[in-house]
Amino acid sequence: MNTVVDLLTSASEWQDIAPLLSVRELNKFYAPGKGCGDINFDLYPGEVLGIVGESGSGKSTLLSCLSARLTPDSGNVIYNSEQFGEMDLYACEESMRRVLMRSEWGIVHQHARDGLRMNVSAGANIGERLMAVGERHYGDIRAKAEEWLTAVEIDTGRIDDRPSQFSGGMQQRLQIARNLVTHPKLVFMDEPTGGLDVSVQAKLLDLLRNLVSRLGLSVIIVTHDLAVARLLAHRLMVMRRGEVVETGLTDQVLDDPQHPYTQLLVSSILQN
Amino acid sequence: MSTATGYNFAYLDEQSKRMIRRAILKGVAIPGYQVPFGGREMPLPHGWGTGGMQVTASVIGEADKLKVIDQGADDTTNAVSIRRFFAHTAGVETTEQTAEATLIQTRHRIPERPLQADQILIYQVPIPEPLRFIEPRESETRKMHALSEYGAMQVKLYEDVARFGHIATSYDYPVMVNNRYMMDPSPIPKFDNPKMSMMPALQLFGAGFEKRIYAVPPFTQVESLDFDDHPFEVQSWDEACAICGSDHSFLDEVITDDNGSKMFVCSDTDYCRERVEQGFVGTAADLPIAEVGTN
Repeated sequence: MNTVVDLLTSASEWQDIAPLLSVRELNKFYAPGKGCGDINFDLYPGEVLGIVGESGSGKSTLLSCLSARLTPDSGNVIYNSEQFGEMDLYACEESMRRVLMRSEWGIVHQHARDGLRMNVSAGANIGERLMAVGERHYGDIRAKAEEWLTAVEIDTGRIDDRPSQFSGGMQQRLQIARNLVTHPKLVFMDEPTGGLDVSVQAKLLDLLRNLVSRLGLSVIIVTHDLAVARLLAHRLMVMRRGEVVETGLTDQVLDDPQHPYTQLLVSSILQN
Repeated sequence: MSTATGYNFAYLDEQSKRMIRRAILKGVAIPGYQVPFGGREMPLPHGWGTGGMQVTASVIGEADKLKVIDQGADDTTNAVSIRRFFAHTAGVETTEQTAEATLIQTRHRIPERPLQADQILIYQVPIPEPLRFIEPRESETRKMHALSEYGAMQVKLYEDVARFGHIATSYDYPVMVNNRYMMDPSPIPKFDNPKMSMMPALQLFGAGFEKRIYAVPPFTQVESLDFDDHPFEVQSWDEACAICGSDHSFLDEVITDDNGSKMFVCSDTDYCRERVEQGFVGTAADLPIAEVGTN
């Protein structure tokens, strides 16, 4: 949070900061009306962008396009990389995209099974990215794995257990640790709290919020849960039928929705 | 020289041999790279060395002298059958002596005696893809090879150290060839890995089931993977060979009776025989079993 507050202190400074990710005229349709289209936005360093909308509204498709996992039909995704400078994700070499995925980016899947190696230990899961970027000292890798297990509140005694022996909430936290170990700048999350019970959700969200503010991460988080969006996101994009119908600051969108669909969405939350 | 009638020289037809030779040449040009080839049916099942046999069949000439070993031994079923197969179909001379052979087809071992520049070592390979453990998709492993993304391979070693305290992988130990391609050295013990590096002889690998050929040209660097704080180490034994007394060769543990008695003997039978001829003796030299082992 602090990062954003700092960024907003002076309007002129705000102008000077280059966006981390710029999306222009992005289209990806599997069939007419299925997919997402006409997407334009900028994501600034340290910002958390929430993408909300009903099932089938194109949220996950958009996230896949943004995270270089699905080639869009048209449009550009420009990423400002530490290693490569400004780059167009789909115009550059595949090898560069793959380097990004294991160094500057993190991808947290909805199902932890998709993002973890289930047949190797938790320590190896965390260590894999370190080894992928060239770490070759076992002691260091293990120490970092322990450090990250602690950071995501998993008992370090479980370091040699396989993720299949973990509960759903622990698997999700392990997945987050595995992604954050290389200190990514940008993390993509697809329904990180999906399938977890409410108390575990709350704990995970708390953890995520702490990590995000402590590490100054930029995050794009896809969720259908408005509570998650309110808690984590600075800015919201509301999607429906593959299109963005409303954007704005989270509080503004949720407290004063303009588009009829957003109004419906907000009013469908149980009020007490 | 007599060859079986009705068969082409060395069993395979000339066009197949040319195709395999092209794959071999490509393999030699790109050390450690797995070259797909049109694997042919051989008159024995996959897994019995059909890959190695196809490579042997395409490089063997009338003047060659063939040695075939299986687990280091010249007298096991697989070795005997393959040696007889080529004696029969190519009419080439065969030998059990490493020094005399020009072609050596092997399963599971590299001979103890250092190989020379005029020799070719042909490995039988069951699974040529070292990344298969970590990545089941062929499309993905090819991409990983193409982009030299080998970090995931360390995961296997990490798991070993985490579970056993040391790198417990003892055979099929992954290597980097010429600082570029990750290669599966076939199921040789890691004891033999250092021999692959800078070897004067040409090393060819044939995987019949998976239809892949790869090669390590002479004097090519072959490095075994490890961690900085857990360096690569080969096996060692407290015992010496019971027949020839060797304390520096790869030893097999042989159970000698039902009471748990055992002895350790060289797995390379030719090397052991040579040492006995030179007058070396082990603790079991006077036992009748020693004669069985050396004849």
